[in-house]
Amino acid sequence: MKPPPFAYHAPRDVGAALRTLAQVRGKVLAGGQSLIPLMNMRLAAPEHLVDINRIGSLSAIDATPAGVRVGALVRHSDAEHAGAHPLLTRALKLVAHPAIRNRGTVVGSLVHADPAAELPAVLAVLDGTVRLARWDGRAVEREVPAREFFVGPLESAVEPGELAVSAFFPALAPRTGTAFEEVARRHGDYALAGVCAVVTVDGDARVTAARVACVGVGPVPVVVDVTGACGGVDVPGASGGADVTGAFGEVDMTGASGSAAGGWAEAARAVQEETEPESDVHASAAYRRHLVGVLAERALRNAAREGAAARGA
Amino acid sequence: MTTRLFGEPVQRREDPRLLTGQGRYLDDLGRDALAAAFVRSPHAHARIRDIDVAPALDVPGLVAIYTWEDLPERVGRALPLLIPHPALTHGRTAYPLARDVVRHVGEPVVMVVASDRYAAEDACALIEVDYEPLKPVVGLEEAVQGAALVHEDVPGNVGAHLVQEVAAADGRGAGEVIEAAPHTLSFRLDIERSASMPLEGRGVYARWDGRDLRVYSSTQTSTSVRMAVAATLGLPLPHVEVIAPDVGGGFGVKIVHPWPEEILVPWAAMTLGREVKWAEDRREHFISSAHERAQIQHVRVGFDDDGRVLGLDVTIRHDHGAYTPYGIIVPIVTSTQLLGPYKIGAYRVAFTSVYTNTVQVTPYRGAGRPQAVFCMERTMDKIARHLGKDRTEVRAVNFIGPEEFPYDQHMTFQDGRPLIYDSGNYPEMLRMIKELIGWDEHERRPGRGIGIGCYVEGTGVGPYEGGHVQVTSDGRVHVSTGLTSQGQGHETVFAQIAATELGVPIERVSVVTGDTRRFGYAVGTFASRAAVMSGNAIALACRKVREKALRIAADALEADPADLAIDDGMVHVAGAPSASIPLSTVAVLANPLRYAFDDEAAKATQFSATASPDRPPVAEGEEPGLEGRDYYSPVRSTFASGMHAAIVETDPDTAEIKVVRYAVVHDCGRLINPMIVEGQIHGGVAQGIGGALYERMVYDSHGQLVNASFMDFLMPYATEIPHVETAHLETPSPLNPLGIKGAGEAGVIPVSAVIASAVEDAEGIDVDRMPISPSELFELRELRELRAAME
Amino acid sequence: MEHEITLVVNGATRRVNVPARRLLSDCLRHDLGLTGTHVGCEHGVCGCCTVLLDGRPVRSCLTFAVTVDGQEITTVEGLAREGAPPRGLRSAGSAATGATGEGGGTERPSRPHDVEEVKPALSPVQRAFAECHGLQCGFCTPGFLCTVTAFLRDNPAPSDDEIVEGISGNLCRCTGYQNIVKAVHRAAELLAEET
Repeated sequence: MKPPPFAYHAPRDVGAALRTLAQVRGKVLAGGQSLIPLMNMRLAAPEHLVDINRIGSLSAIDATPAGVRVGALVRHSDAEHAGAHPLLTRALKLVAHPAIRNRGTVVGSLVHADPAAELPAVLAVLDGTVRLARWDGRAVEREVPAREFFVGPLESAVEPGELAVSAFFPALAPRTGTAFEEVARRHGDYALAGVCAVVTVDGDARVTAARVACVGVGPVPVVVDVTGACGGVDVPGASGGADVTGAFGEVDMTGASGSAAGGWAEAARAVQEETEPESDVHASAAYRRHLVGVLAERALRNAAREGAAARGA
Repeated sequence: MTTRLFGEPVQRREDPRLLTGQGRYLDDLGRDALAAAFVRSPHAHARIRDIDVAPALDVPGLVAIYTWEDLPERVGRALPLLIPHPALTHGRTAYPLARDVVRHVGEPVVMVVASDRYAAEDACALIEVDYEPLKPVVGLEEAVQGAALVHEDVPGNVGAHLVQEVAAADGRGAGEVIEAAPHTLSFRLDIERSASMPLEGRGVYARWDGRDLRVYSSTQTSTSVRMAVAATLGLPLPHVEVIAPDVGGGFGVKIVHPWPEEILVPWAAMTLGREVKWAEDRREHFISSAHERAQIQHVRVGFDDDGRVLGLDVTIRHDHGAYTPYGIIVPIVTSTQLLGPYKIGAYRVAFTSVYTNTVQVTPYRGAGRPQAVFCMERTMDKIARHLGKDRTEVRAVNFIGPEEFPYDQHMTFQDGRPLIYDSGNYPEMLRMIKELIGWDEHERRPGRGIGIGCYVEGTGVGPYEGGHVQVTSDGRVHVSTGLTSQGQGHETVFAQIAATELGVPIERVSVVTGDTRRFGYAVGTFASRAAVMSGNAIALACRKVREKALRIAADALEADPADLAIDDGMVHVAGAPSASIPLSTVAVLANPLRYAFDDEAAKATQFSATASPDRPPVAEGEEPGLEGRDYYSPVRSTFASGMHAAIVETDPDTAEIKVVRYAVVHDCGRLINPMIVEGQIHGGVAQGIGGALYERMVYDSHGQLVNASFMDFLMPYATEIPHVETAHLETPSPLNPLGIKGAGEAGVIPVSAVIASAVEDAEGIDVDRMPISPSELFELRELRELRAAME
Repeated sequence: MEHEITLVVNGATRRVNVPARRLLSDCLRHDLGLTGTHVGCEHGVCGCCTVLLDGRPVRSCLTFAVTVDGQEITTVEGLAREGAPPRGLRSAGSAATGATGEGGGTERPSRPHDVEEVKPALSPVQRAFAECHGLQCGFCTPGFLCTVTAFLRDNPAPSDDEIVEGISGNLCRCTGYQNIVKAVHRAAELLAEET
């Protein structure tokens, strides 16, 4: 399991990287935590590798009231510790293991576009964007929204010759909570299914907007706006934090009005209908479909509770 | 007292080097050696039409390419069938490199030698093999249909068929007894494939100096690799040495030998006159080493109102993969160890061992026992459920009583010897495990279940092991034994035995294992046998040395040997510590010398010898030096036993299964080092939980192993393994001088049975297939609801 | 094409020529002779090859040596370096000549401890693993030691759950992890005693 040979380019700035990519149409090496395993197994054999690890300007995390922009060299662990975006931070804790996160990059995970990965779902549920650059006599940039960025399994909108230079995660609206619920076979594995939810409530703790993105149940992150199903639902137990009992997190039903329970369940069913899970060695399609419903309901409840708790903030 | 170390949790002597990166594993050796890599079959079953190596010839660093046709006759012969058995009527083994037909994905076809592994893999990628695909046989059910054949000359794909029967006391057979029993049940059980999966793969490194061949192999049996290499390469045995360096885990897979690479790498080293090394990578390990476990069992049992088993009939279909180099040990062990701690009235067990176009099956820790225990313990649980009795009560009525040992099960064990249990105390063990887990206090509620599993494990199988012990004139004690180590702490426990037997500080004892330069006769490390076999052999060798030391010291001290004792390296008259002589001096006196090369030697030259001038310096029947060699060869195995219990929780929504408590009561006779025994149990349980909830080898219908990576073959991390609570019962074995039994495999054996028992209890669903995943539990729940809806 | 790179390994500056595709794990093991870093899967799952890159645990099998040119690497051979003689320098230097490797053709016993008790200096984490029987075959151990060394630096008094999470990227096939968790607690104690 040794990688095949390749020509190596190590540009020092973005312009040089773009010029190299324009010339050789190579593969970009950032963290390498997805690419190098494929190369070691000789499932990927790029002729040219453009290593962007020496381009210091790509390591920036810019947080503004509008959101956080994460450069192409920002490692998972750096973004996690920076805590620049609550949903991103939450999702990063679910990505693989610490040693992988010390090397892997946020933007790299997006470009890799694994439908079972957490970060594409985060970008998708937030309606974030990826900034792509290429060389056309000068650096030319375009900003691609998440819904156009994820094209298919392991396929993103990055064209040959383009470099993903950053990703933008929009800030949450006021009184908005998030949750990321997933079930993986082992801790740190790709999820069998997962759901991240963003829920906004009004001053009376009634849901005004609710959106989820699902992982592992479609060719790309499956984004579903469920405001219609659970809009207006009263959020119970608005004291914050998920109720957890026993070995598994169990949602506390006490205090939930009938309509609220119905709203969440209806939203979960709506989410299930949008998914196209497949069977593999780890789980059947039927189980994944079931699971995504369970997780959607959990994620929506927990996000709503967090949003309600943030009312005073 | 520093020298009574038997039974103490002595810290491991291996650890300082392993903790500082100073261990020497196979791939740490031979830095300048050429690297080998293999072109392996991408097809499960195919005929090789042509191999074109030309495209690879320009790869920089390429040294040599070999196909089967390039091998000399004796090197190219089919690999040996190591353990023949009369029931194995159609044993088949592979060639070192595929000859005409490949029978599983991963079978080696071409060997490449190059300057380093990168270059070797580059060349492999360019070699073109033209295959004519043949119909693959995948899975037990397809194999037994026999429509397609793995080997053209093996009808029905049946390699072996064996029936063993034990009649009831009144002479009736199991079938008749079951028919007449007050209650009968019949059911089917399935266990899927898993694998040993040590974190270090296999590996071979060879160097040849024109006369002598030295081979390093990451093996569980260096002595036998040596004999196989010498025989195959046509070398005189004294010119071949094989060394097992530090080995990064074995768990059974490394007992198989000679692997193709163990023949090919030394042969290439001789042919090229260069050092050659092959270090298996992870993908190779998945598709070209060995797997285990897969069986389908059909069970019929008859029992009385108390749950007493009157008759048991088990039919086993065993998948042994494409070849049978290790014979049919695994299904034989399943057949015989199935009886566990129980007295079964009449027993009939039949197995059919079949070929499939998959990786060969050879023993993996437990070696057929996990399947056996799964079968018997599922049976016990089903009887209890049928009768509405507590599961432990049903087990208790079937136990062999503590007064009934030695207990003859009237079967033939894997070593060809009668299956006679030496000792044990099962009722007491049941009491202990119930107390440890809190069986009687367990609060039953949906989603929380408790389970139990009991086993008896034959350990310490023969034929023999040996030990050599030498005391040198610096007072150091050098111990060697032929079997190998893969993490069991042999350097520590054997040193404890030697220190205790000889009365020397353990710091002065050093132990070497698995190096044929030091000890040439051995069997190997498997079947929980190392402590029993080599431990006792070393103890016996120490006793010889001790006797000689006391004889020499008695002369020097003018005392009766019977009055002498050895403590802290000093031989002294019991009760008179001043009349003493250091063991180092005894070693000097034991070897009359002519030449005084140092101060110690000066004392031992012939001219200063104190012996009588009328006697020869080396008396008749004596040998120079203070050393001894002895062997331990038992009449039959010792039988360790254990009982495990677990509490699991199942998520009502996601069907996730979590083991919240796990308890073990274990009896391996006298403990040499309780810390090490507990470590063995922890590790075994973790592997068992892997097998129960996570690990499986998944083949598709084309015979492709679809999860051949650590991404998809789910070995548990720390996050998946519960804390294991342990308690020990010590019923010494009467069969060996130290009273010990084996412990290496114990932890893994009953785990699938225990988890199935607990999940069944939590869910009220029959759990008859292992492993079980959340997806499968979800499907069982759906099935239950479907059935309920139909009723 | 070869690239000349400079790595600061266990405190010693090492210059080495590597092809671009040379994995850091292979560079450490085969080019620099530091064989304490083990390779268990070469696809980033097992954690045996974990080393510290500028102090942070990374998979050396998922890193090209050329990418980390100029950076600092600590391997298992360097963990006991602090407060001890510059072991990294010494062991690296001798290994680089190939004179101590078995493959160098030099005759020496395969088990150095057979000749003489080897009592290398141990870091608190290493001592704790020995005390708690946190290793069996030892193959995964260097990866655990590097991971735990960094983990305890960031979290000197961890809970059970934090420890399990902290070591959750390292596979061990022998120990069942129980004694490794115990060893991490013990290492935290030893480190606290030292400061």
